[in-house]
Amino acid sequence: MLLDFLTYPFLRYTFLTGILIGMIAPLLGTFIVVRRQSLIADALSHVTLAGISFGLMAEKKYGWVISPIYSGMIFSVIGSIFIEKLRTVYKAYQEISIPIILSAGVGLSVIFISIADGFNTDLFNYLFGSVSAVTVNDFYVIAGITIFVLVIIWLFFKELFTMSFDEEQATIAGLHVKWVNMLFIILTALVIAASIRIVGVLLVSALMTLPVAASMRIAKGFKQMIFLSILFGEIAVIFGIISGYYLDIPPGGTIVMTSIIILLIAIGMKKLRK
Amino acid sequence: MTTPVVSMSNINFHYESRKVLDDINFEIPQGAFMGLVGPNGGGKTTLIRLILGLEKQETGEIMVFGQSIQKLKNRARIGFVSQKANTFNKGFPATVYEVVASGLTAQLGYLKFLTKKDKQKVHEAIAQVGMTEYTKQNIGNLSGGQQQRIFIARALVSDPELIILDEPTVGIDYENVKKFYELLYKLNTEFKKTLLLVTHDTGTMTEYATDIVCLNKTMHFHGNPDEYALLTEADFSQIYGHPVSLVTH
Repeated sequence: MLLDFLTYPFLRYTFLTGILIGMIAPLLGTFIVVRRQSLIADALSHVTLAGISFGLMAEKKYGWVISPIYSGMIFSVIGSIFIEKLRTVYKAYQEISIPIILSAGVGLSVIFISIADGFNTDLFNYLFGSVSAVTVNDFYVIAGITIFVLVIIWLFFKELFTMSFDEEQATIAGLHVKWVNMLFIILTALVIAASIRIVGVLLVSALMTLPVAASMRIAKGFKQMIFLSILFGEIAVIFGIISGYYLDIPPGGTIVMTSIIILLIAIGMKKLRK
Repeated sequence: MTTPVVSMSNINFHYESRKVLDDINFEIPQGAFMGLVGPNGGGKTTLIRLILGLEKQETGEIMVFGQSIQKLKNRARIGFVSQKANTFNKGFPATVYEVVASGLTAQLGYLKFLTKKDKQKVHEAIAQVGMTEYTKQNIGNLSGGQQQRIFIARALVSDPELIILDEPTVGIDYENVKKFYELLYKLNTEFKKTLLLVTHDTGTMTEYATDIVCLNKTMHFHGNPDEYALLTEADFSQIYGHPVSLVTH
């Protein structure tokens, strides 16, 4: 069954890229979920869609070749900075930054798509993911992002944990909460932009939250939760990509449904234990 | 004469048009166990937020360990325990060890990792609050009183000289409140920590505190428990801004 993935280079790169995002998406998702910011991933994925649409429009309409992964990444990072700024402007209503940025992302996407008179299959691939969309170049970019994310999380793990558990305490202790938050949301933006090739805009937030929701039910401690989230993320991505390929279904759908099954098992296990 | 741990002079503070603190002057001497009491909205939490540097006073000066709080580099000298047992995210899957270790984050600094010695400190702080057997347990599974002990351990782990506690016994049953005060007393007498405790529970607090301050926008009383015991219903009515009947047990 795995033979095609070993034989064809484009499938091999998709598979390897899947392994990478199956690790970094739930890793960041763990911090996002415990901070009750799950919808941030949705907002950023829609801003990324605006960036991708911009890249596709620029190529189709004006002949500028901008890789959509780069334009998506740039828009996502800018969107993440705006979210963080809006959170400080609306201190008492921090969640309002999410619908603002999400709607801005969708609005811009509609404008870019209209200017380009539509994109057909390209856009479908970006919305729901694709097993054939990952290029060698994409793989190297995503591998670079993975290394960057892992190093930053390793270096700032204790700050991120302290802030996630108790932001007020972190502020009192003298941590630079604003800057660490900014760094974290930029990482999130990069991971979302990197994941979209395989999982798709509409489902990327699921890969960041569903494995975490499952691990949360059974983990005894934060590090164990991270480990289980990554494990569940990898199972979902590997199974989702392979089944998506053989069933000729976009992998976004199969990855999310695998994650849902894992989540249901985790909920069932917890109930059985009781 | 030793420098007071906290010294406030001529402090005024408004929230928008509402005056919260009016010309506050007071000191917390080294080694004190100070109880801060007063009605809701009387400025207790604001006073704490000013000492912690979370708010900036409009007038006057706040000195902590002889330095302006804004310039105090080693924030680990102050430990803070809030009403967390009531408000924190109980679904957060963190072990007791992980929570207490987070108390060292700021002291260690960026790009530094816990050493063997630091890990030992974490275990010692957990032992100081009598929670060693719960080290690997998920904090969300503990009782309110046990969780509050863990938050004290988190404050203790960086070896602060001053510990500020904002109504830490809210939602904790009487038996555990008593044990909690015994722990605070031990920290004050045995481990020489200066304590500032905001509370509504004046009965138990007066058994252990060395100093009591009554605050309702202005400072109405500052004295020791014996002097506090002499306050009359008329005094309390003035402090609380409405008629108060004293009930003794």
